[in-house]
Amino acid sequence: MIVADKKPIEEIIEAVRPYNRLLVLGCNECVTVCEAGGKKEVGVLASALRMYFLNNGQEKRIDEVTLERQCDHEYLEEIRDRIDNYDAVLSLACGVGVQFTAEKYLSKPVLPGVNTCFLGVTEKRGLWTERCQACGQCVLAFTAGICPISRCAKRLLNGPCGGSTKGKCEISKDIDCAWQLIIDRLKALNRLDDYEKLFSIKDWSTDRAGGPRKVVREDVQI
Amino acid sequence: MRLNYPKSVRIIRVPCTGKVDVLHLLHSFEKGADGVMTVGCMEGDCHFTNGNFRARKRVEQAKAVLKTIGMEPERVEMFNLSSAEGPRFAEYVRQMDERIRALGPNPLRNALKKAA
Repeated sequence: MIVADKKPIEEIIEAVRPYNRLLVLGCNECVTVCEAGGKKEVGVLASALRMYFLNNGQEKRIDEVTLERQCDHEYLEEIRDRIDNYDAVLSLACGVGVQFTAEKYLSKPVLPGVNTCFLGVTEKRGLWTERCQACGQCVLAFTAGICPISRCAKRLLNGPCGGSTKGKCEISKDIDCAWQLIIDRLKALNRLDDYEKLFSIKDWSTDRAGGPRKVVREDVQI
Repeated sequence: MRLNYPKSVRIIRVPCTGKVDVLHLLHSFEKGADGVMTVGCMEGDCHFTNGNFRARKRVEQAKAVLKTIGMEPERVEMFNLSSAEGPRFAEYVRQMDERIRALGPNPLRNALKKAA
């Protein structure tokens, strides 16, 4: 899922200061799971903002709505009848949701409430780590389910570099060497021959390096 | 036990402090409360195993929020005791009462009165 982290409240306060009627818009998907922008966090943030502005002589109307997602038209349409009651929207969705909301409601300033970080997993509550960089050419079949693009600091495709020490990456002793993990897993799966096979030069045009991307599926377009 | 303790506290019973949510704490301040005490069982003795640990984490969260918006984090506090310890409860109430009187009323009180 997309992992995001809460923005510091001081930053949010400055961003929303000019607006009197604010809608805090949450998202029920990824940001709920990483406890940054779901219904609970919307409630806490709205309450905190109300108290701050009341205390500073600027009473604001701050309402709370949490949509199922902010990356689909149907869900964003749900607030169309109410959007004119507000001067601005503070969206706690990931960057995708903030942008889509802004595209849908062009006349309303839409402000981000979280910092979108990466595609990752919940290793345990309170710890989220990166797993995928959306390179568009998944090689996980050959690397025993461990991604060298996202988990290797140098994105190497044919084995560890000379900096790999005791299974840790040279950039930090807290980061596992992805290739060490891959070799260990291939060994456990009895597929070390896969390690001997060389990858051909990767086509990076499907990565973000090739520019903003899209996926077109004519077979599902009506 | 008919012990005396300050009448400034209003008791809201919950089956376990694990039921107390961060929003309950924050909304109390939003509505004008001067302080909130979350009083739970001793750590390790929770009937539901970790309800009081969750409550402690939520009280810490509420403290952090209050600090960022310029209110004193000491206004909300977690207390642990056994339900058999009547005198200790009275002592905690006295401590909190003294603390809140020193901090003064909720700064939002005036603004809330004006709005009403």
